[in-house]
Amino acid sequence: MWLYTLKRILLMIPTMFGISLISFFIIQLPPGDYLTSLLASMADSGQTLDPVEIARLRATYGLDDPMIVQYFKWISGIVFRGDFGYSFEWGRPVSELIWERMGSTLAISIAALVFVWAVSLPIGIYSAVHRHSVGDHVATFFGFLGLAIPNFILALTLMYVSYRYFGQSVGGLFSPEYVGADWSWGRVWDLMKHLWIPIIVIGTSGTAALIRILRANLTDELSKPYVTTARAKGLSEFNVIMRYPVRIALNPFVSAIGWVLPNLISGVTITAIVLNLPTAGPLLLRALVSQDMYLAGSFILLMGVLTLIGMLISDLLLAVLDPRIRFT
Amino acid sequence: MTHLVHTPTELPPDRPMAPEDTGPAISPLRPGDDPGKIAVASQWTLIWRKFLSNRVAVFAGIVVLAFYLIAMLAEFLAPTSPSLARPQFTYAPPQSIGFFVPDPDGGRSWQPHVKGYTMSVDPASLRRTFTIDDTAIIPIGFFVEGPAYRMWGLLDANMRLMGPLDASQPMNLLGTDALGRDLLSRLIYGTRISMSIGLIGVLSSLVIGVVLGALSGYFGGWTDLVIQRIIEVISAMPTIPLWLGLAAAVPVAWSPVTVYFMVTLIVSLLAWTGLAREVRGRFLALRHEDFVTAAILDGSSRARVIFRHILPSLTSHILAVVTLAIPTMIVAETALSFLGVGLKAPVVSWGVLLQDAQNIRAVSTAPWLLIWPSGAVVLAVLAFNFLGDGMRDAADPYET
Amino acid sequence: MTQHTPPAAGQPVTTPILSVRDLSIDFHLRSHILHAVRDVSFDLHSGRTLCLVGESGSGKSVTARALLRLIDPQARVAGGTITLRDETGAELRLDGMAPNSREIRAVRGGRIGLIFQEPMSSLSPVRTIGTQIAEALLLHRRMTKPEAKAETVNLLRQVEIANPERMADRYTFEFSGGMRQRAMIAMALACDPDILIADEPTTALDVTTQAEIMDLIARLQRERGMAMLMITHDLGLVAEVADAVAVMRWGRIVEQGPVDQIFHAPHHPYTRRLLEATLKLDSSAKREAPRMDGTPLLSVRGLGKGFGAVNWRGRQTFAIKAVDQVNLDLWPGENLGIVGESGSGKTTLGRMLLRIIEPSTGSIRWQGDAAPAEVTIMNRPDLARYRSAVRLVFQDPYASLNPRMTVKQVIADPLVVAGGLKGAALDARIAELLELVGLDRSAMERYPHAFSGGQRQRIGIARALALNPRIIIADEATSALDVSIRAQVLDLLLDLQRRLDLSFIFIAHDISVVRYFCDRVAVMHRGRVVETGSADDICTRPREPYTQSLISAVPNPDPRNRRMLHRTRFRA
Repeated sequence: MWLYTLKRILLMIPTMFGISLISFFIIQLPPGDYLTSLLASMADSGQTLDPVEIARLRATYGLDDPMIVQYFKWISGIVFRGDFGYSFEWGRPVSELIWERMGSTLAISIAALVFVWAVSLPIGIYSAVHRHSVGDHVATFFGFLGLAIPNFILALTLMYVSYRYFGQSVGGLFSPEYVGADWSWGRVWDLMKHLWIPIIVIGTSGTAALIRILRANLTDELSKPYVTTARAKGLSEFNVIMRYPVRIALNPFVSAIGWVLPNLISGVTITAIVLNLPTAGPLLLRALVSQDMYLAGSFILLMGVLTLIGMLISDLLLAVLDPRIRFT
Repeated sequence: MTHLVHTPTELPPDRPMAPEDTGPAISPLRPGDDPGKIAVASQWTLIWRKFLSNRVAVFAGIVVLAFYLIAMLAEFLAPTSPSLARPQFTYAPPQSIGFFVPDPDGGRSWQPHVKGYTMSVDPASLRRTFTIDDTAIIPIGFFVEGPAYRMWGLLDANMRLMGPLDASQPMNLLGTDALGRDLLSRLIYGTRISMSIGLIGVLSSLVIGVVLGALSGYFGGWTDLVIQRIIEVISAMPTIPLWLGLAAAVPVAWSPVTVYFMVTLIVSLLAWTGLAREVRGRFLALRHEDFVTAAILDGSSRARVIFRHILPSLTSHILAVVTLAIPTMIVAETALSFLGVGLKAPVVSWGVLLQDAQNIRAVSTAPWLLIWPSGAVVLAVLAFNFLGDGMRDAADPYET
Repeated sequence: MTQHTPPAAGQPVTTPILSVRDLSIDFHLRSHILHAVRDVSFDLHSGRTLCLVGESGSGKSVTARALLRLIDPQARVAGGTITLRDETGAELRLDGMAPNSREIRAVRGGRIGLIFQEPMSSLSPVRTIGTQIAEALLLHRRMTKPEAKAETVNLLRQVEIANPERMADRYTFEFSGGMRQRAMIAMALACDPDILIADEPTTALDVTTQAEIMDLIARLQRERGMAMLMITHDLGLVAEVADAVAVMRWGRIVEQGPVDQIFHAPHHPYTRRLLEATLKLDSSAKREAPRMDGTPLLSVRGLGKGFGAVNWRGRQTFAIKAVDQVNLDLWPGENLGIVGESGSGKTTLGRMLLRIIEPSTGSIRWQGDAAPAEVTIMNRPDLARYRSAVRLVFQDPYASLNPRMTVKQVIADPLVVAGGLKGAALDARIAELLELVGLDRSAMERYPHAFSGGQRQRIGIARALALNPRIIIADEATSALDVSIRAQVLDLLLDLQRRLDLSFIFIAHDISVVRYFCDRVAVMHRGRVVETGSADDICTRPREPYTQSLISAVPNPDPRNRRMLHRTRFRA
């Protein structure tokens, strides 16, 4: 098991490297470098910089180095010094801006993941065991609908509905009076009141997908001979299903973290923009539109790393759950 | 060998010898069914038949076809031009079609029409609001002359499927937007852009996926390893942030057509991995099937094995996977345009239309701006999903 | 002759422990209703074995599972009664119990134990063997957990699993097929049932493992005085273990009686045909032995294949010699059998002869053309020519025909690739080939899915014959077929041999098939040929210990001469 964990972590390194390359690529994508953007924005406000100063800045940021050197400067800054570069729009180091936003992104993603699991597990099992029953058809229908409605449309719709019929504004995570307040029960309750919409919005498509996967897997497993063996032992139907096929159908459920998590983070990004939540999403969009590329690239890098860690966790959980993986 | 005469006393009382059956006992569910009839059907016939037996999938297929028909005939179907702004009718609500008008003599006569608007100005905010005026009748007709257009950029025409008889009168079946543009016309033109992005996007990702998948399968070894890594990296990335990052780099100054193709490319750049993985997996599985080994032993060249034996077995699966990938493309375009980094204003797509619904105040004034475009997106996605599911089930006609 | 009758086949004095009367089961399928079981009646007696024999689709498995009400949802019991009695004579009607009701669950595992065919998939892969066995104990025998654990170890010891304490904590994928089946038996016997239902318990196992498992089942049955219902398609096995036999076909029991009567005085024509097909395969096909002077068609010397893996430092981490130093000769007109159990390397050997798998060492000399040629170093065109002279018939008649091609396209494929024939000439050739394998020319336009297993195998043979081959390598070509079809296909191959001057390399695990079909036999064990000799010698006078154990493990289809259970064992 320890060997497996180690192997799995080592395997992550090339993927991590690939993700950093993509992020760096995106940083470099807009024409010009950030000094030109800086000069442009300074020119807008009527300021100028003398050429000596410009040359000094170019040297410190290594803007005239070959691409590969720039990449290494950038990545070693992140890995060894936690230096993600400088945000020109905010006039602060990127590392000061991202952590809080990434934290809330992670928190909402995990909350959504828990929601996805808690809802899809019972419904999936019910659907597979009672195939073609009314309940199954209802679940399937809502599953399809959940998959078909894009996150941001669902967010807009819920926003409209709650504004129109409940007269409640649902943007943000807190009502105005709690925004800067200290933690109290009232504040937690207020958070809950705001959190349910983003969690439903973000979790719906993942829930729908997982129900379908669980139903298909469980249906396969239900017809396996070992289920008949378990029945022939005289176990009650509930025990037969929970101890045998569900136990195995859980595997894709756990490994689903691997692809549900990127989806959730995607979902958080766009939903947060619509609902104006203080997560990475709105800041990322703003950074991209104003071409504040170090900030944007750092967000993209961290989101990729986050999903990688999620995948690692799901693989390790899977190994705990399934001895066949553990032993080979 | 001596015959033993045995009285089987442990058995139920002796019975006459069971008759010689000629086959398994089968009764048809409905009289007249012949279970043996499928024997001479080809695999494609079986796939088609199995697909047809899935009512939902067939219906979804018809919906998809209808969408593409609308996309193709957008100029003719739309009552007016999508960019025609009528500032005098901002946020005008949808009108409904009536067919009979009351005659002066108390009877009713045939006259397709919509109701006109009355405008009132809120004295405090000076905002104009429109309500339907049941007394104002705007006669409409089919195959009427409307604003001129160029069909597919080739033919000059001005025939519209329907429109007001008097072109200066308003006909907004789905309402108007902030500039008084007709939502129905915009939606129909948007269908063309959104549906074609789905199709072109899926084709380009299929090309990328098949080429890279084939390279990976053909060279194996390091090439395979590197390509598999790339696929892994890309599928590990959350798509929306990455899409945003790429799309935001598209220069604002580019022409709408270039932006359209760039957005399509960006959307398909991330979507090919699923296709490549699926194709590669099926390919590898088929490569070890006995009938492929048999073909190799028959002396078939590598190309013949691939094109005559492996690919035909793959096509139905690829078709299904491709169909299931189209909605992802459509949603991606919609999301990017909605966020303002995809297609931009003069171009009309579903995502561009939804941009107008970003503001909660606009939506509460004119909910139709949210309802219709998102309805179109959801319906298209649903239809593609059901269609693709039906195709996937039918791709293996022997499984029940 | 009566005194040879096994004593158990005499008149029983006990009342049956289980009686089935007029049981009928219907399957409601999408397009039709299949009457899978029709008016089936039989009795089970303590300490005795009833064998339910039939070919695929006869309804024997469904019948067995219906006793425990373990049938699929689309299957319905359409009529009949199932009565279970205990020692006091109290009766329990199983047919009236709801599926998964408390009453039937008490019977399942408690009074009736069940063993299945697939030892690979009958146990959950994610729970240890021990917990799966202990579950039954906890359920029916009200033990505490430590007691159940101890009893599990005890049971594993009874089914002859070495190191039972340790093995109880292992998972199924760490067990061999035979060991899994032993664990299944331990589980079925955990609660000391009155009746054991064994549904093809050894079909997936090698013949020597089969003998060991049947040995074990017989011993446990004797010790515990259980009644046994065994489901099988193998008449040889029936003759070895049965006291009474019921023959099923298409859902009906066509004949039942004591085992001796069924084997020595069958009434029903179907029983007779089945026996005939089985007995025929227990003798040789009485043909003249080919001449073995001259030059052999194919000479294999020192052929070997190793599979291995190297770690990232380039060091060999493991190596398996799948085939090791094999020498063979095939003479014109000869049928050479290659016999071995799973993992013996026989399939790898067959594939190497065609270079589907590249040999690691050794030589294959092809001497069918004017000049002898070395197959292992042939270039592509030469190899293609060689492969048109040496053809392969596959094991699986379903996987080996492209489902998207008509029979015509399938058979024409080698002809089209070779070039030459077109249009009407091609059609005529295909019709001729179809006729040759006993199919009607109307088969041409049909797709493979329209044919039964035996017919598909004929299509595969026609494809092999298309290029006028000299040698056909048949890789387990008949093992997927029912016994009566198997005999027909073998006779077809022999007939083709006479007409077309063919030689065969016949790879099989089934010794009786090889005995019927082959002139000489090479016995493979762990990659090596351990013994080569004439088919009769190998089957009646084997010299090597491994061959002896293999031959003695083969069931003998004569209840008066049971052989399998008094066999010689081989310990490597």
